[in-house]
Amino acid sequence: MNKIVAGAIEAIKDIRDGSTIMLGGFGLCGIPENCISALVEKGVKDLTCISNNAGVDDFGIGLMLQKRQVKKMISSYVGENAEFERQLLSGELEVELIPQGTLATRCMATGYGMPAIFTPAGIGTEVAAGKEIRNFNGKEYLLEYAFEVDFAIVKAWKGDADGNLVFRATARNFNPLMAMAGKITIAEVEELVPAGELDPNIIHTPGIYVHRIFQGKNYLKRIEQKTVIRRN
Amino acid sequence: MALTKEQIAQRIAKELKDGFYVNLGIGIPTLVANYIPQGIKVVLQSENGLLGMGPFPYEGEEDPDLINAGKQTITTIPGSAFFDSAMSFGMIRAGKVDLTVLGAMEVNENGDIANWKIPGKMVKGMGGAMDLVASAKNIIVAMMHTNPKGESKLLSKCSLPLTGVGCVKKIVTDLAVLDVTPQGFKLLETAPGISIEEIIQKTSGKLIVEGKIPEIQF
Repeated sequence: MNKIVAGAIEAIKDIRDGSTIMLGGFGLCGIPENCISALVEKGVKDLTCISNNAGVDDFGIGLMLQKRQVKKMISSYVGENAEFERQLLSGELEVELIPQGTLATRCMATGYGMPAIFTPAGIGTEVAAGKEIRNFNGKEYLLEYAFEVDFAIVKAWKGDADGNLVFRATARNFNPLMAMAGKITIAEVEELVPAGELDPNIIHTPGIYVHRIFQGKNYLKRIEQKTVIRRN
Repeated sequence: MALTKEQIAQRIAKELKDGFYVNLGIGIPTLVANYIPQGIKVVLQSENGLLGMGPFPYEGEEDPDLINAGKQTITTIPGSAFFDSAMSFGMIRAGKVDLTVLGAMEVNENGDIANWKIPGKMVKGMGGAMDLVASAKNIIVAMMHTNPKGESKLLSKCSLPLTGVGCVKKIVTDLAVLDVTPQGFKLLETAPGISIEEIIQKTSGKLIVEGKIPEIQF
């Protein structure tokens, strides 16, 4: 078993044009910065990206949008990225906006081997168009499907040589779900340790889900809305 | 005088009970956190994976891994817990969250809400709003009574794309507190100094005004 790769370039080596990739993170929190840089550098294009947000204009997935690498985005909110909104409104970029809980649960269903889930989110709205509706105990639910996805790229706080992952604070968000869902899951971590150093009790994502792991570097961890109070 | 945003939040905070788990949307709803009544514990849920959202951090102590749904830096409180996005929306969908407060562009007399899209102009996405309105046990809308053009936001029929149907229970605007009932909007309280006539005139949907209507107390 050897899951450790040298870095992002090696980790993404077989991601080709037209791939469908999941990218973890909420806003800029918990995003796989190294892999995103490597994807931008590699120039792979016609990608379908499943990620809650699209970064900001000059960071995160925004960098891939600037280089027109993304054919289709599947997200729940893209408000922080003016370039995204522009490409969406002009029709240059195909976008599927889906409720955040639906996005999370479809990732979970994919990883849990369930072909579909039922959720009430979107009943009575345009999200329900063309979808099967079923009534359970007097309430209507939409049938939503698991994702077809090639690669999942996640960011964790700590990981070990066996691919076990631990996340930190709200940088966790979609990462554990996407880690389970990927056919190939790539994990970049802030601290890579030998197998045995992580207490099995605190592992969030067991290594069975992770195919490649590497020690990440130079994390900028940009803050979108620094909001502080001043001491008196 | 019409209420300020802070005062709308302050009035909504009076609905909080000890032990409530609460989700506050972006905009005016976030201000409700500043007015939690003394002596009760309310746990704020942040949909990106935190129960027990605390105040903003002091300058210099911000943590980029610790943000709220509006992408602002925050802190935790004693008893906080982190979890992933599926669990976050799971606890919403399964009815564990006692109260949801969110903003709106339009609400109709049926309790339908539109707060996520203006076609051709603002298509940022729905985020967690559709999940919240589809499953929350109790939904309070915090909004201005009219839009910047002076048009009513309390309608018979929403013109904007819907976020959810038949879900809003209570509305607090800068002019009034209203319930959504099967018969339409019901006026409960008026902002101090605001006449009932003004509220009737600025409410486009069916409005029930019965009995003496008290002023909002803080």
